[in-house]
Amino acid sequence: MSGIKGPGSAKDPGLESTPGMDPFADTLQRLREAFSSGRTRSAEFRAAQLNGLSRFLRENKQLLQETLARDLHKAAFHSDISELILCQNEVDLALRSLHTWMKDEPVAKNLVTQLDSAFIRKEPFGLVLILTPWNYPLNLSLVPLVGALAAGNCVVLKPSEMSKCAERVLAEVLPRYLDQSCFAVVLGGPEKTGKLLEHEFDYIFFTGSSRVGKIVMAAAAKHLTPVTLELGGKNPCYVDDNCDPQTVANRVAFFRCFNAGQTCVAPDYVLCSPEMQARLVPALQSAITRFYGNDPQSSQDLGRIINEKHFQRLRDLLSCGRVVIGGQSDESDLYIAPTVLVDVQETEPVMQEEIFGPILPIVNVRSLGQAIDFINRREKPLALYVFSKSSQVVNQMLDRTSSGNFAGNEGFTYLTLTSLPFSGVGKSGMGRYHGKFSFDTFSHHRACLLSHSGLEMLKNIRYPPYSDCRQKLLTWALGSHSCNLL
Amino acid sequence: MDPFADTLQRLREAFSSGRTRPAEFRAAQLNGLSRFLRENKQLLLEALAQDLHKSAFEAEVSEISISQNEINLALRNLRAWMKDEKVSKNLATQLDSAFIRKEPFGLVLILSPWNYPLNLSLGPLVGALAAGNCVVLKPSEISKNTEKVLAEVLPRYLDQSCFAVVLGGPQETGRLLEHKFDYIFFTGNPQVGKIVMTAAAKHLTPVTLELGGKNPCYVDDNCDPETVANRVAFFRCFNAGQTCVAPDYVLCSPEVQAQLVPALQSAITRFYGDDPQSSPNLGRIINEKHFQRLRGLLSCGRVVIGGQSDESDLYIAPTVLVDVQETEPVMQEEIFGPILPIVNVRSLGQAIDFINRREKPLALYVFSKSSQVVKRVLAQTSSGGFCGNDGFMHLTLASLPFGGVGSSGMGSYHGRFSFDTFSHHRACLLRPPGLEKIYAIRYPPHTPRNLRVLLMAMGTRSCSCTLL
Repeated sequence: MSGIKGPGSAKDPGLESTPGMDPFADTLQRLREAFSSGRTRSAEFRAAQLNGLSRFLRENKQLLQETLARDLHKAAFHSDISELILCQNEVDLALRSLHTWMKDEPVAKNLVTQLDSAFIRKEPFGLVLILTPWNYPLNLSLVPLVGALAAGNCVVLKPSEMSKCAERVLAEVLPRYLDQSCFAVVLGGPEKTGKLLEHEFDYIFFTGSSRVGKIVMAAAAKHLTPVTLELGGKNPCYVDDNCDPQTVANRVAFFRCFNAGQTCVAPDYVLCSPEMQARLVPALQSAITRFYGNDPQSSQDLGRIINEKHFQRLRDLLSCGRVVIGGQSDESDLYIAPTVLVDVQETEPVMQEEIFGPILPIVNVRSLGQAIDFINRREKPLALYVFSKSSQVVNQMLDRTSSGNFAGNEGFTYLTLTSLPFSGVGKSGMGRYHGKFSFDTFSHHRACLLSHSGLEMLKNIRYPPYSDCRQKLLTWALGSHSCNLL
Repeated sequence: MDPFADTLQRLREAFSSGRTRPAEFRAAQLNGLSRFLRENKQLLLEALAQDLHKSAFEAEVSEISISQNEINLALRNLRAWMKDEKVSKNLATQLDSAFIRKEPFGLVLILSPWNYPLNLSLGPLVGALAAGNCVVLKPSEISKNTEKVLAEVLPRYLDQSCFAVVLGGPQETGRLLEHKFDYIFFTGNPQVGKIVMTAAAKHLTPVTLELGGKNPCYVDDNCDPETVANRVAFFRCFNAGQTCVAPDYVLCSPEVQAQLVPALQSAITRFYGDDPQSSPNLGRIINEKHFQRLRGLLSCGRVVIGGQSDESDLYIAPTVLVDVQETEPVMQEEIFGPILPIVNVRSLGQAIDFINRREKPLALYVFSKSSQVVKRVLAQTSSGGFCGNDGFMHLTLASLPFGGVGSSGMGSYHGRFSFDTFSHHRACLLRPPGLEKIYAIRYPPHTPRNLRVLLMAMGTRSCSCTLL
């Protein structure tokens, strides 16, 4: 039956509103009512929310740094660079650009619409759900939130229960800075999240694994809810023979070990020739020692694994192939040493799952072509890296593969450019965000045509019955030469 | 056992070979589409007449011409659309090349419906081909004659290693959907939309769903009834009402209704004569099942115009119903026929509440001489598209994104939006090799000074990425 919700009924007729049965019903109802009231529509309201976010970041900087240190052993430097500053930049950009982004966009018209007003109106979807992961628990909660709020939505944020300290700050401190009739944080593990997903949302933004991404999309399908899924995969890193091994090693080691490897866009494995490998390995050792000292476990700048389960998973991966750098681990500290593995087989676990740790396997290929084939046989990754002095090699790799994002001779610095859309493709995701792309992701772009209420003489021409000549005239008027351009 | 496996394999291999990537190849496909339309115009007009009793006028305007426009637009703009889009950089990336690369997804599935079987197949197809994808087209089996032309004639104009038409009903479509595609474009009803999206979720396939719903048409007290009646009747009865964006029901005061009904009768008589069944300009219902469904709706409320039907001709008369209850079937399902119920409201506010209590429609119409009224409805409702004081003309503008919201759909297309829909926008950063001394500042061990420099390089003050 074509949906009628029925006057005054809750949006989820399938759920009884028995208190305690559905822990989310009241919250969602409250947010929906706030949205219907139109409270989030004005630019002033949205700017106030964004300013609230900004104050949250500024006034709690110390708390946030400590939080990230406790959850992931993030050094203050790392927290600033990869979480706090990125969020602040996004908030500032949104505040600066809000009015522009919100404006109706006039569009080109054809002959029959010359006298009309034609434009695209940006509208919030309504009630947005943001599900965020544990590896960059602030950044990956707040950056989507910026977009959702700037676009005028009401938001439910469900942070990961695994990054417990960040979860607490987001649940207890953040709401004080926002209008709580339009924003709520809900907590819970997989089971609770499943129940949350039974409800109807107007948009769902999910960052996490591909496996859970499928579950989210299937749940969204029941309500025809559009989604953005920021997923993951194994990000290949091709190192060409024609390169400077130390420069490459610096960059690869840095981006692999950042946040103890728990980054969705980190280089996951290296593809290179055996000759290149022989030069790369010592260079990687040199870089790792320079970065983290002779005893990386005592370095302030190296993160820790989020929890016991992932630690065990990673420890098992240490027995794949052959360890040439690192290989140590310490369960009491959830510490995995920066590790390089060689002689790995494609069938081994380290080449089967996204590593998400400071372990770098090297797989040998004999040519660029072989590397490209290897990459194309596998799922499209979230990121793809190529290191080569030859721009031809870089461009060939770019042209003949696909991935969410791509970098030549660099790691994931592109993340800092809000002018680039951050997205996956294939199993690594769908939809995109950052900067204006966030605003657009959380907005419905409504096609609008405002015509004159009179001038019927002009429009009469299109009504039946038709003469041949009238038909020709109309076809011409609607035709391509009169339709200007995009 | 699997009737599709070979076809899909063939198309995937063609895509992997890179054949569809060059602009020349894509332009050749688009030119092929163009020739298909030009060389088979008569055949297509006949097919559409057989399927839906479409008049030559309607077929020209709403199927052939609109498809041709899309092809021409794509041909004219292909290279511009394909170009890498440079983006603004911050200090940290000043020396780099930063741009967005448009890439085809790979193997695209287009599922199209029976009401505009040509346009709703070719429109998306233009976008998919322009974007460099390989395409499987599954046209509706209900519009049999057009299905045949698309299956037997169209492929001859395209590179068949990169394009295939598959046929079948709901069951075959279900089996087709078990396969993995890189993009699925579906036009049809919300129920099937859910099925498509659920199937897509299994493979994490992105989708565009062009669905439907009941498109409200608010008629303000402040209007000229005859003008409004012309426009509403025309757009309601176009293609015998079988249009996803047709005005589905009218909301107005009893006073307006009293003026509107005779004006509607006058318009209908002027358009289709005293015996609309003999007008060459009125379409027919697609099949028996929908005819019966519509005939059932004729007993809702009270007939004030039309109400006749003829099963042997699949003919439903242009009909207006009044005194309809919200609970009656005619106000519960998308009508998709030449029947227009009128529901009374006592104010603009009441009309807006009525609309907002229901699912977001694909289109929303407001008729009023007051631009304030039009703007208020626009501001206080949501819908895929919106038109003040006219019917679905917004369709004809390729510069407007055509799509739904909520249960009327997700994603959009037409013009450049089609190209973008069928493209992955890949973020690219190319750094010149070397210059390691500059970048060394970011490596551990970290000092506060290093942090300050880095923050400045990434930061908002120096951030030149303000252009977006």
